[in-house]
Amino acid sequence: MAVFQLPEWAALAPALILAGTALVLFLFDSINPRSTNRSLLAGTAVAGSLASLAVAVWFTAAGVGATGIENYGVVDVMNGQFIVDRLALYFMIIISIVTALVAVASYDYLRDHTYQAEYYSLVVLAATGMSMIAASNSLVTIFIALELTSLPSYALVAILKDNRGSVEAGLKYFLIGALSSAIFVYGISLVYGATGSLQLEAVAANLGAAGEMGGLLGLGILMLIGGVAFKTASVPFHFWAPEAYEGAPAPISAFLSSASKAAGFVLAFRVFTTAFPLEATTAVINVDWTWIFVVLAIITMTLGNFAAATQEHVKRMLAYSSIGHAGYVLIGLAALSTEAGDLVMGAAMMHLLVYGFMNTGAFLFVALAEYWGVGPTFEDYNGLSKQAPFASAAMAVFMFSLAGVPPFGGFWSKYLLYTETVNAAADNTVLLVLAAALVVNSALSLYYYSRLVKALWIEEPILDRDRLAQPTGLYAAIIAAAVMTVVILPAFDPIATAALEAAAAVVG
Amino acid sequence: MMIEILIAVALVGALVTFVAPNRIAGKLAFAISLVPTALSLWLFAAFDGSGNALLDGELAFESQAAWLEIGGYSISWFVGLDGISLPLVVLTAILCTLAIVSSWTPIDERESQFYGLILFIEAMLIGVFSALDFFLWFVFWEAVLIPMYLLIGIWGGPRRKYAAIKFFVYTNVASLVMFGSFVSLVFGLGDSVTSFGLPEIATAMLAGGPEGFFGLSGTTLASLAFIGMFLGFAVKVPVVPFHTWLPDAHVEAPTPASILLAGVLLKMGTYALLRFNFTMFPEQVEAYAVPIAAIAVISVIYGAMLALAQTDLKRIVAYSSVSSMGYVILGLVAYTQFGVGGATFQMVSHGLISGLMFMSVGVIYNATHTRMVTDMSGMADRMPIAVGVLIAGAFGYMGLPLMSGFAAEYFIFFGSFGSELLAYSALFTSLAMFGIVIVAGYLLFALQRTVFGPYNLETDYEVSRAPVHDVASMIVLLGLIITLGVAPDLIFTMITDAIDPIIQGGGL
Repeated sequence: MAVFQLPEWAALAPALILAGTALVLFLFDSINPRSTNRSLLAGTAVAGSLASLAVAVWFTAAGVGATGIENYGVVDVMNGQFIVDRLALYFMIIISIVTALVAVASYDYLRDHTYQAEYYSLVVLAATGMSMIAASNSLVTIFIALELTSLPSYALVAILKDNRGSVEAGLKYFLIGALSSAIFVYGISLVYGATGSLQLEAVAANLGAAGEMGGLLGLGILMLIGGVAFKTASVPFHFWAPEAYEGAPAPISAFLSSASKAAGFVLAFRVFTTAFPLEATTAVINVDWTWIFVVLAIITMTLGNFAAATQEHVKRMLAYSSIGHAGYVLIGLAALSTEAGDLVMGAAMMHLLVYGFMNTGAFLFVALAEYWGVGPTFEDYNGLSKQAPFASAAMAVFMFSLAGVPPFGGFWSKYLLYTETVNAAADNTVLLVLAAALVVNSALSLYYYSRLVKALWIEEPILDRDRLAQPTGLYAAIIAAAVMTVVILPAFDPIATAALEAAAAVVG
Repeated sequence: MMIEILIAVALVGALVTFVAPNRIAGKLAFAISLVPTALSLWLFAAFDGSGNALLDGELAFESQAAWLEIGGYSISWFVGLDGISLPLVVLTAILCTLAIVSSWTPIDERESQFYGLILFIEAMLIGVFSALDFFLWFVFWEAVLIPMYLLIGIWGGPRRKYAAIKFFVYTNVASLVMFGSFVSLVFGLGDSVTSFGLPEIATAMLAGGPEGFFGLSGTTLASLAFIGMFLGFAVKVPVVPFHTWLPDAHVEAPTPASILLAGVLLKMGTYALLRFNFTMFPEQVEAYAVPIAAIAVISVIYGAMLALAQTDLKRIVAYSSVSSMGYVILGLVAYTQFGVGGATFQMVSHGLISGLMFMSVGVIYNATHTRMVTDMSGMADRMPIAVGVLIAGAFGYMGLPLMSGFAAEYFIFFGSFGSELLAYSALFTSLAMFGIVIVAGYLLFALQRTVFGPYNLETDYEVSRAPVHDVASMIVLLGLIITLGVAPDLIFTMITDAIDPIIQGGGL
């Protein structure tokens, strides 16, 4: 036990540290609005996110959220409005890792940018929102945290003010985001109308009170799914992703496609397990909501992969691949109707963590290519390995890992997701279709991922390049992400344990 | 610990070579590769195992460490050698060293990356032959693909892009089929297995096989898994009609990659067939013996006929591999001590002989820049020693007594002729023996036209003697071929020791 008792809100420290960092960055900005001291600004953002990571890891190791006499147990904050359990900590770790990588890479990417301080403070503010989502335990706090994530994200996508693509992407993202927020908040109001509660456990306890308003509750749940689909870039609210990722500065694409997606999923994992436990909800609305996720998962992964295979622009390919991966993770929700549901959800969470490294790394490589002035298409990437063998080797690692080819981290999580889905299929044979879709889509995805490897390593360059610069920040972030993608394979045990504990915190 | 050191030396060596300057990469990689070669020879001398690794045998150099446990199945780092795998590990180490030496002349760009990949492939190949946990084994198995894809794609001939992607897609799809079959089988085994350890699964299979899964009966599931895995491995071997990737890959690959491809990668397929299909499914082997033997004989005859029709030396050797691998399958399906033992002996012997053949073709190509039989004649005039070794190797291929090819084929035919399990075994054996006649036909025909007769080759450069390092490595291989031919008991004793439990498990 600790020598002195910390107040309960201290359990939210990973999120609070990020919030504090954002405020410090605002302070810098107000003292010197035109500051171009990149080291100070990026350094502060990196230090803040690493501190958040360290605290989250420390809390996990110290036993916050774990049961048992030696441990601290689950911490309720503000009467259950927030909750710090294994699930929250696990996702706080993912989010702070991605934030740190993105901040390190932005140091070089933003070298000529005017609005340095704004950029970093918005990134850290959005990360704060994501961390809060992970710990939110009431529909109100969830919505507030969600908006705290979304508003800075809109601005970040459009932050290249002189770039038409960026501004257009920002506007599209904002309009679709506003629409989905409206749908989400309307869903919340319907749930509130049916159950009279907003706090998730209370919603679950009052499901029976919905009585004749079961249809209303069902509609509310459907709308919440819509909100989740937007945040995770899944069908049917996926179509903003290719535009937004392509137009946004590449580090922001990395941030949105990795961290923001993870935040959307933690929200879904918590809301659907805590507020709408399957049996009780089915009794009221007469529909098993896992079916929606079964369908959405299959459509999302298939659509993402087929669309990715036809792209000519690398960034769009990665955007569609990111939709495909959302489909894989949705299996975690689709399998909740079975005995092994917690294992499948755990595997889906492992995939999100691995994805945090490999996908962030892939987008950061695109950022590096943009930094070099390489064009957007596959052809423009031809022969880059001659000038930049290390970054190209790292990119090959990301691509093969995303495709799920050993010996990289992506293989582990896909392997476990597959085997656990087959395992769960013993209770619900339809899941076999999901497992098959996962394998077929993975095999297909190898086509477009290997296309980029082929461009980098095998094709001859279409134009002569001079020696390419080796920006320290971008290189450091990419190499770190690549090393982690490889090292995760031998060191998967702690990740698997953490993910399974996170899943067990809300399932079963 | 020894196997870990072996793999680690190659892996670290790969990294070191990758960052070394191009100038010294070749010599550096050679120096590094001597360590695994020496170590593997030491392992050979110090081998103290007995019996079959999967069937309660005494493992040599065993080591096991828990890696992960999820959903009631544990995965571990589990390596060890028995009489089947040890000769293949030694073969891998020796061929990799010789492949590196034979790259010194033809590889003249991006050397450090080339040699790094060769060492990486060596580490993965040793892993394939020593891993005894399915997950670990599959990681190594798949990880071989990526470096080979890059070796063909970057340093290959004119149609290298097509050949590389064909190789990758073919073998990767096959692996997924095999993977899906095996995982279903493991789940079908139910509570009788709690890990992915191959010995445990083999024991459970022999103790009664799967209980059934998804409404399939245990026998049906076992048969389906057997067929799925056979198909998966058949592509790798390859047998007709899944052989079409092989000539493309071989012809386009740089010579050193061809040496490894024919010498070791093809053996992965037959090794896996022996370890999985022919060890775990004795009943299915009996049930499907006739169709498998038919496939084997067709591969022998058809592969040889295809070789007969080629005018490209490399294509001739490539197709002849299809033919030789057919003998291995025939030996396996005979399911007698001499049959299966001879098949294993043939894996090693063919690795040495085909390595030698590809090396000779490479030496000729380096000097003449052509591989077409029709373009040259009288090469013996210009490179007498190299051609002498080539002719000796070709006679080894044809099965000249006192060379390893003779011993291997003699064992296989002896074993398969009297097989009790295989119906019409005498007929199948006689047909397959006819393959030897065709082999002699195309090899003698090709040699007669290229190396004998008056020297004739239209070039504007001088064709001179082969470099000493190439001739030296050819002589090393020839020495090994003759040694094994004169004293097959050097490895045949340990092979039969590991084979016997399999045959008895089959109830013969």
